[in-house]
Amino acid sequence: MVRSPRRRAAIAYLTAAPFVLFALFPLVWMLMASLKQDVELYDLAQNPFLVRAGITWEHYNFLFTHTAFPLWLRNSMVVASVTTVLSVLLALLAAYALARLRFALAEAATTFVFIVYLVPTTLLFLPLARLMALFHLSNTLWSLIATYPAFMVPFATWMLTAYFTTIPRDVEESALVDGCTRTGALWHVVLPLARPGIITAALFGFTLAYSEFIYALTFISTTSLKTVTTGVVVDLIRGDFFYWGSLMGGALVASLPVVLLFSLFLDHYVAGLTAGAVRG
Amino acid sequence: MISREEVLHQRTSAYGVRIRPETVTAWSFLLPTVLLLLVLAVYPLIYAFFLSMTDAQVSGPVHFVGVRNFIRLLRTAIFTLTLSNTVWYTLAAVTAKLALGLALALVLAQRAPGMRWIRGAVLIPWVVPTSLAMLAWTWMFDSTYSVINWVLMHVGMINGPIAWLGTPRLARFAVVLVNVWSGLPFFGINFLAGLVTIPQELYEAATVDGAGSLVRFRRVTLPLLRPVLATVLLFSVVMTSSDFATIFVLTKGGPQNTTQILSTLAYKLGLATGDLGNAAAISLYLFPVLAVSTYVQVRLMRRVWQW
Repeated sequence: MVRSPRRRAAIAYLTAAPFVLFALFPLVWMLMASLKQDVELYDLAQNPFLVRAGITWEHYNFLFTHTAFPLWLRNSMVVASVTTVLSVLLALLAAYALARLRFALAEAATTFVFIVYLVPTTLLFLPLARLMALFHLSNTLWSLIATYPAFMVPFATWMLTAYFTTIPRDVEESALVDGCTRTGALWHVVLPLARPGIITAALFGFTLAYSEFIYALTFISTTSLKTVTTGVVVDLIRGDFFYWGSLMGGALVASLPVVLLFSLFLDHYVAGLTAGAVRG
Repeated sequence: MISREEVLHQRTSAYGVRIRPETVTAWSFLLPTVLLLLVLAVYPLIYAFFLSMTDAQVSGPVHFVGVRNFIRLLRTAIFTLTLSNTVWYTLAAVTAKLALGLALALVLAQRAPGMRWIRGAVLIPWVVPTSLAMLAWTWMFDSTYSVINWVLMHVGMINGPIAWLGTPRLARFAVVLVNVWSGLPFFGINFLAGLVTIPQELYEAATVDGAGSLVRFRRVTLPLLRPVLATVLLFSVVMTSSDFATIFVLTKGGPQNTTQILSTLAYKLGLATGDLGNAAAISLYLFPVLAVSTYVQVRLMRRVWQW
């Protein structure tokens, strides 16, 4: 029954290895393709796992000087940052009300936010496309800034409501007794305590907005206004010719911002990912 | 005993106003969010229902046609194929994610130095934007340069290169495999979160009673994991059946519509041919799944929150 810790660790690594390989292989493969020279990349006689002809930066060079890739990257960063700030602000107010205040129709409001959280974007992209045309927002970054909060706010509200309920009420109630207003109590007392929850909500919102695909694909047609997810997928492929090296380089560089955030804030992401299920 | 909360309430309601000030505060906090969701989620959903019952094109007059779109679609070969594809895609991918997700959670629950980094590594497919990751998979499934073919040929399992995304059966397998790749982290990490809440004493008691590891898994782990299993399952059924990026990038629904699912067909019809009425009807065939899943989840949630 009792196993030595070393043997236990060995079993853990061995059983984890296939999952780690499965998860990371496509990314490793992207990196390899983006660094290989074309002659080797398209040489069927070569072992694809080896790099014999040396690495090259020409694919990245092409990406940054001959395509709109830098613009796409900027567009994505702008849209994701702006919508994250907006969504977290709205969600903070809503979550505070849902978690802390007693009011008429509180249950209905909570259920409403939760239901909207479950509506997938693929059900809404067509009517939203018409709505954006109506508001003259089609083919602008504003169309994304306007629509992304619709899926980010419910999620952030949900997460922050759960977080607020873990903060003891006493602290803010003494602030209220001391003459603080509700808004004052929220700003000076609750917000500092809720910081980890806010960071998680913001990271999650940013990741979701940055990765969004179908709205960006539907609403935006001008190359220079595309986000990385649609730009790399749609505009880097010209006809039947795939610039695989640049394509893989683009996909990799475009993924870096969120992967970087993820590795820096691993615990926040885990908390966010499990926010729904653990409560349920 | 009167709590402080109630003292505060008495004080605020002592002004004799019918609507309590706290209700006013609460709704002023909620108003921006509720308005936003009404305009950008509820209204579009209602509008989708409206469109689905018309013959709307991108431009031109619109006529009300009732449920005719929904009925005519059922008599269209491409649509029925798409509908069954969506069902099979969802069933296969969710089942695989469920089984592998449980295995992954058990693996990640083991204690070893550096386990935190292993957890981080297996979560990466969730973080990488799906559409971008799909490019890597398209390259890995390329009919000429597929690394998967190279490996299979070198271990002698196949004789020549196979067209993964060009052969109906293989393309269907490929899109499910890739959906499992991107969805597995969510399952694994949630099951892991559920696993660690199971008290260790239960396992010890079961062991004392002579239960082997398989019995412990079936009699202790699974029953106690049920709430988490249910939530993840319901959520994933909605997300998988409404998946878009995976299919759009990998196969565009091909070959011959064998991997076409509701979302990709709706996109094709709505954007390429501008047939908004039918496109809206197609995507609304997802609605029953969403409605049932939402209903059950709201009930589960209410039980947890004890309303």
